Amino acid sequence: MRPFTYERARTPAEAAAAATREPGAKFIAGGTNLLDLMKLQIEVPTHLVDVNGLGLDRIEATPEGGLRIGALVRNTDLAADERVRRDYAVLSRAIVAGASGQIRNKATTAGNLLQRTRCPYFYDTAQPCNKRVPGSGCSAIGGVTRALAVIGTSEACIATHPSDMAVAMRALDATVETVKADGTTRRIPMAEFHRLPGETPHIETSLEKGEFITAVTLPPPMGGRHFYRKVRDRASYAFALVSVAAVVQRDGTGRVALGGVAHKPWRVEAAEAELPRGAKPAMAAILDGAKPTHDNAFKVKLAERALAAVLAEARG
Amino acid sequence: MKFDTPATTNPIDRLKVVGQPLDRIDGPFKTTGTAPYAYERHGVAPNQAYGFVLGAGIAKGRVNAMDTAAARRAPGVLAIVTTLDMPKLEKGQTNAAALFGGAEIQHYHQAVAVVVAETFEQARDAAGLIRVDYARQPGRFDLAAEARHAPLVGGDSEEGSGAPPEDRVGDFEGAFAAAPVKLDETYTTPDESHAAMEPHASIAAWEGDRLTVWTSNQMIAWGKRDLAKTLGLKPENVRIDSPYVGGGFGGKLFLRADAVLAALGAKAAGRPVKLALTRPLVANNTTHRPATIQRIRLGATRDGKITAIAHESTSGNLKDGKPETAVSQTKLLYAGANRLTSMRMAEMDLPEGNAMRAPGEAPGLMALEVAIDEMAERLGMDPVEFRILNDTQEDPEKPGRRFSQRQLVQCLRQGAERFGWANRNFRPGTRREGRWLVGMGVAAGFRNNLLTKSAARVRLDGQGVVTVETDMTDIGTGSYTIIAQTAAEMMGVPIGKVVVRLGDSDFPASAGSGGQWGANNSTAGVYAACVKLREQVAQKLGINSADAVFEDGQVRAGNRAAPLGQAAGPEGLSAEDVIEYGDLAKRYQQSTFAGHFVEVGVDAMTGETRVRRMLAVCAAGRILNPKSARSQVIGAMTMGVGAALTEALEVDTRHGFFVNHDLAGYEVPVHADIPHQEVIFLDEVDPVSSPMKAKGVGELGLCGVGAAVANAIHNATGIRVRDYPITLDKLIERLPEPA
Repeated sequence: MRPFTYERARTPAEAAAAATREPGAKFIAGGTNLLDLMKLQIEVPTHLVDVNGLGLDRIEATPEGGLRIGALVRNTDLAADERVRRDYAVLSRAIVAGASGQIRNKATTAGNLLQRTRCPYFYDTAQPCNKRVPGSGCSAIGGVTRALAVIGTSEACIATHPSDMAVAMRALDATVETVKADGTTRRIPMAEFHRLPGETPHIETSLEKGEFITAVTLPPPMGGRHFYRKVRDRASYAFALVSVAAVVQRDGTGRVALGGVAHKPWRVEAAEAELPRGAKPAMAAILDGAKPTHDNAFKVKLAERALAAVLAEARG
Repeated sequence: MKFDTPATTNPIDRLKVVGQPLDRIDGPFKTTGTAPYAYERHGVAPNQAYGFVLGAGIAKGRVNAMDTAAARRAPGVLAIVTTLDMPKLEKGQTNAAALFGGAEIQHYHQAVAVVVAETFEQARDAAGLIRVDYARQPGRFDLAAEARHAPLVGGDSEEGSGAPPEDRVGDFEGAFAAAPVKLDETYTTPDESHAAMEPHASIAAWEGDRLTVWTSNQMIAWGKRDLAKTLGLKPENVRIDSPYVGGGFGGKLFLRADAVLAALGAKAAGRPVKLALTRPLVANNTTHRPATIQRIRLGATRDGKITAIAHESTSGNLKDGKPETAVSQTKLLYAGANRLTSMRMAEMDLPEGNAMRAPGEAPGLMALEVAIDEMAERLGMDPVEFRILNDTQEDPEKPGRRFSQRQLVQCLRQGAERFGWANRNFRPGTRREGRWLVGMGVAAGFRNNLLTKSAARVRLDGQGVVTVETDMTDIGTGSYTIIAQTAAEMMGVPIGKVVVRLGDSDFPASAGSGGQWGANNSTAGVYAACVKLREQVAQKLGINSADAVFEDGQVRAGNRAAPLGQAAGPEGLSAEDVIEYGDLAKRYQQSTFAGHFVEVGVDAMTGETRVRRMLAVCAAGRILNPKSARSQVIGAMTMGVGAALTEALEVDTRHGFFVNHDLAGYEVPVHADIPHQEVIFLDEVDPVSSPMKAKGVGELGLCGVGAAVANAIHNATGIRVRDYPITLDKLIERLPEPA
């Protein structure tokens, strides 16, 4: 951990301004990922803007009939919210499939979206990593890749995004609300929030420097049956090899997002037309263009079978 | 006390205290935070500074130069010692890798510097500022590639398993060729990490040329010897103290870099220094269980009698390291007239491979006991019956040399009965419960019993309090408790009247904790010291020690009775002795046995395996404390589930290191992975093992578990996986197509 300065922000705009002003600034909320990375000198912020005092911890109905989730709502509270459990069960299920009770008590909604990858090479500062040190190269490619991405990868990076929550939010068409230093706000659809690695894997979201997440909104409930099927090596406290967030309607239509396969929650809306025909054609369309490595090729088959399990359960 | 004839009746046989399921006496200390681990011993030396160890970022090569200027300028830094500041330190007797010094890099995360600062954060920060210029050299990191030209190498794990380079009985090749039913398969096990909760940690303080290290170590006498050797000190000037150990599993058998660098850092800083290795350094700087490639060939008659058995294992290690003794149990477990075992060791440039819980037997049985299951299937036999049919009551390599006790058949029979083995689907892949394919597996457990000398001192004071001092360690196993039980039984006092002090090299040298030898040998040493103390008490009271009965805090002989404390008088009494062994271990094969039964569910769609229930039936001599013994066995069973399903240090074969070097990447079982576990101890006493008539059990609980899980997966799915861990990617292509 490098020495850093610290301040508590009093308003979201002030937080954004502080983070814009300081070149090496980072926001800190739950700190469940950032502090670990600072200890390993993977993250080396020179200044921390503590946003825990900003409120933003309410879940409120929107005029459109959806929900607005404050950026600082803790993962535990979000998963336990009665409205979320009733109308957006996929989100509750995704959250409780991740981390541990202790971590979920600390982790926030916005922080969860901003988690860094769990690629093991990202975690070893003696190894090149384009995410950690842009331009240094990717040591994962050609190395131990079993848990890494199969689609949307680049020559620069094959890391995955580790969040479960974000996969459900992608399936739900959530929107991220932000404020910038100048006080202007914007709404970013989940589809555009996380980026593919391309040449710049260190740039993981569409947030601008200092831009601060204030809330995530969910559209009005869409009905259907909600599933979050997380496949992993051990029964708990492990990142997904593949996860499937799905909302399936009575007529067999629905939507599907995948975790564990790409640099972002992976959803291909056009492929969802195939859902009524079954998992095989649907997943073929969703993972069209996948470029797995030798070690993670199984994920393609696994995703198809996990979706088949979900669709079977939806029928049953 | 020389133990060279089988034990007869002795005071332990009263079993008033020994054999009782007493709570661990250190339990309240552990649960209230008053049993400090090495890093928490803030009070033992004043003015402690913090050390941080920097590991090498290459696996093989040399350090050209180190730039420490920025680190030395960093706030709070008191001293920096780099590997270029001194020649390569002499190695301890039990170390294969050099722990520090010189320019040569032998393996990834070899220690290259220690930074000492006022705070931990300052030391860590400064360590990150050190720039190291390396000359990288190509290395040998891929066992499969190196195995092709690996020479035959014999070896001993120092934990009770061993084998010569090659060992033959009868004519294996001829018998195998002639056998009507054959098996010839190859199995692999990966590198594994001990992954103890407590990382390697030490506090070091110098007084002149005298060094004290408060550390976390299983083998105090080895640690003292090797620390003195490494630092060029006289052994009498070195003291090691390790009263509590937060898990060892073999990872703390040896002197490691934490103790050496705490000492060097303290010397340089002129202050006591405490440090702990980071998780990545635990994986890549310390030792691990080496990966193996094991070929097994079995030949049998059509009615299931094994006629030929061969087990050949290849593992890798640093030049001065040893092979993983994975064939050791195959020399003893099953009958068969024609036998071959061999070990090969490839010289490699990965971190040092060394003992991990049940070295040799644990990975060896993961292969052998799957091969036995496969052979039973080829014979159309029940795997329990196949094992029973091929049981032997004598050493198959040395006919006439009998096992002191061998109840493997009883373990299997009782286990099968208890587990409901009769309900197992004989045809694999045919039992479905909802999304789960369900199957049962069995394996034999086998682990040798080691006899090694062990000393203790026992003091008696005027209040009748008995104090035991020995450098034995309690690595979470229950040593404090069983030693107290032993002394209480021998001296005829309640356990509350016994004080046990462990882990200090100033105490008499014990067997230490390793190779599941700790319980039997350390308590036998306490027994020996207590026999001496009883004689002193009798002499003091003027009675014949043979007539004296030690009971209820009193000594009685005929009509006379005196409180124990009275005999001690104001000065107290003290006796020290060592248990030493004759040739009973040569005359009898001493081993422990288990039947492991496992039921798993395999998700028919995803291939995720989840264990549903487990049973271990153990025959391991007298059980000194059924509660702590059970804890040892269920912990070991848990480790077996990890070995079967998730645990593998993933090797980057290009750059030569274990990539998943933290507890997020190296997946040990979590609570949700471990369902109902049951342990049964067969009623057994083994008078050949020691006056305690006990044997080890802490490693037996692991031996065979991995294979039982693998066999259950096969029974559930019909898929045979021979490469551990059995992760879903190895099943998914062969699971039934979805409906």
